[in-house]
Amino acid sequence: MTTPEALAQIRSLTQARLTLGSRGRSADTATTLRFALDHAQARAAVLSELDVPRIAANLGQAGLAHHIVTSAADTRDSFVRRPDLGRMLPEGAAESLRGDGGPVDVALVLGDGLSAIAAALNGAAFMTALATRLRNCGLSHGPVILARQARVALGDGIAQALQADIVVMALGERPGLSAADSLGVYITHQGSCQPGQTTPDSTRNCLSNIRAAGLSVDEAAAQALTLILAMGDTGQSGVALSKALAARALVKGD
Amino acid sequence: MRFHYDIGGTRHHFASLKVLLAKASPERSGDTLAGLAADGPVERLAAQHCLADVPLAGFLEDVMEVDGDAVSALIAEQHNPLAFAPVSSLTVGALRDWLLDPRNTGIELAALADGLTPEMAAAVSKIMRAQDLIAVAAKIEVVTRFRSTIGLRGHLSTRNQPNHPTDDSRGIAVSALDGLLMGAGDAVIGVNPATDALPDYIRICEVLEAIRTQLSIPTQHCCLGHVSTAIAAIEAGAPVDLVFQSVAGSQKANDGFGVTLAMLDEAHDAVRGLGRAPKDANLMYFETGQGAALSADAHHGMDQQTMEVRAYAVARRYQPLLVNTVVGFIGPEYLADGKQITRAALEDHFCGKLLGLPMGVDVCYTNHSFADQDDMEVLLVALASAGVSFVITVPGADDIMLNYQSLAFHDAQFIRDTLGRPPAPEFARWMAATGIGTGDVTLPGLETALSRLRLPT
Repeated sequence: MTTPEALAQIRSLTQARLTLGSRGRSADTATTLRFALDHAQARAAVLSELDVPRIAANLGQAGLAHHIVTSAADTRDSFVRRPDLGRMLPEGAAESLRGDGGPVDVALVLGDGLSAIAAALNGAAFMTALATRLRNCGLSHGPVILARQARVALGDGIAQALQADIVVMALGERPGLSAADSLGVYITHQGSCQPGQTTPDSTRNCLSNIRAAGLSVDEAAAQALTLILAMGDTGQSGVALSKALAARALVKGD
Repeated sequence: MRFHYDIGGTRHHFASLKVLLAKASPERSGDTLAGLAADGPVERLAAQHCLADVPLAGFLEDVMEVDGDAVSALIAEQHNPLAFAPVSSLTVGALRDWLLDPRNTGIELAALADGLTPEMAAAVSKIMRAQDLIAVAAKIEVVTRFRSTIGLRGHLSTRNQPNHPTDDSRGIAVSALDGLLMGAGDAVIGVNPATDALPDYIRICEVLEAIRTQLSIPTQHCCLGHVSTAIAAIEAGAPVDLVFQSVAGSQKANDGFGVTLAMLDEAHDAVRGLGRAPKDANLMYFETGQGAALSADAHHGMDQQTMEVRAYAVARRYQPLLVNTVVGFIGPEYLADGKQITRAALEDHFCGKLLGLPMGVDVCYTNHSFADQDDMEVLLVALASAGVSFVITVPGADDIMLNYQSLAFHDAQFIRDTLGRPPAPEFARWMAATGIGTGDVTLPGLETALSRLRLPT
């Protein structure tokens, strides 16, 4: 029969929902209800709204100002069905952001994305860790923009309004069945963007799986800073940045 | 050409056949996102009435209206006037009646496959209800073969999909064994690799080959990497059973996948050259899905369902073993909820079979869709009734690599028990010989099964 050691060994290989023990014709009640609960939690994360007071309080404790925007997708339902609206600022929002100052070196944006829970759990800590590192390198960042109903490309319009060279967009990743708290970070040099045109994903650098059981907030902030400094040096981001860095490594190697 | 239809004193205009097809499409979020959908139910019905009156011969023109598109050229090249003859004088509406007519059996429908273009199949599906899509598909038998025979009437095959987030060999093996102990994997044991690196591709093929040969399973395996990686792996002497590729309905969309017909031709020749399969075996595996072209901004103003069926022209060039519409994977911006996913799956399955393809479906959804496992299980019952060739199955319905939900190994068991759909005959004999699926045989536990395997290091 199956020993606890053997089961632990199997579980260490994969998180797949294997049938351990007896193998019936249908999944047993405990398995079925566990699956339903995991799905309910993933759905709750998708439908959750950005907890602005909590995030703002955490940012405030770290001495960081914030500014709130909502994308052109004004409701959660519209956000899910219309990704195009989630990438756009509504009329007047850019002017209002401009009034907040600028230009800055780096625009910091924290959005809900597909899991506002992830943004609430790890977003303020990530922004605090990154902002500290930026200031230590003499880079300016302005207030953290808290973005509701936000897709990645919403950051481009925000960066243009703030006259920022580089935008860091952190938002909740699409929840899987086992994790709904994963934060993703997309960093884009605005030299790659043209106003009014879609910015290709190949011009973005991405850090993913930032959560308690994944990439730590501090490690993510350190990696983000490295990318930002490289973007500042090369004026590139995404695939072009990788190519520029590879070329430079070749030159150094000579 | 312009089209119009009058309802209650209002004239509805449609600027082209492409516009008419889009406006006639049953509601789905992707067409709204693309700005192509009808302005509400009445305009949609005006378009459907209008479409029903269009002669099929009108679809022999370039419907997509993009000069030089390789998929359009392929569609024109594939059209067989002799096969088209029985329906060449019919309208779209009359074709629907013809397909449903009991005098037209699976034999007549199979003979029609090369006579219909993807746009004709898409057009008629738009004026068919769910039961029509099921009834006609159920008449058509598309049989393909490698080590197992897939698509025989009354059978339902499964892909065993043992994905792992880091492609760990033992992690893949234990999930594959979990499915095999439930009788899953007679269509293929197929892994979506986490990376597209050649060494990983080769290692995954070797892991699956070890499982297949050591357990003497009459099935085939596949690493679902890019076709260019498959070609390199074949050159390196890897045990490649099936070559996989995602395909779409326009040249621009296929460019987005980094694939051309020439590359597919080369891969098809290369895998045949390995000589691993019986003579005349089917050697390719394609995946498609509504919204793929739109997400690559390569839909050229055509609705997502018609673009999907155009992808089947690419697939049928290679007489594939398996074609699979990954229907709910793309997300709610293209198919919003369980209702739209269900409708799209029945359309894709019907259109694919009508064009002569061995259609399987990944009955699936993501966590940001308005869908759940109830929707998937009802869809499985509908697809099994329609004679689907195969469905995707994963441990506990949870794909931990691609982060979406499909069907569980248990769900295939449910359909076998409820509707009586055995797997491929060769695989059923293997199950009987090993005691899988029989109540009085004690099967080894997963850890025992895994410890008996000799996996490549």
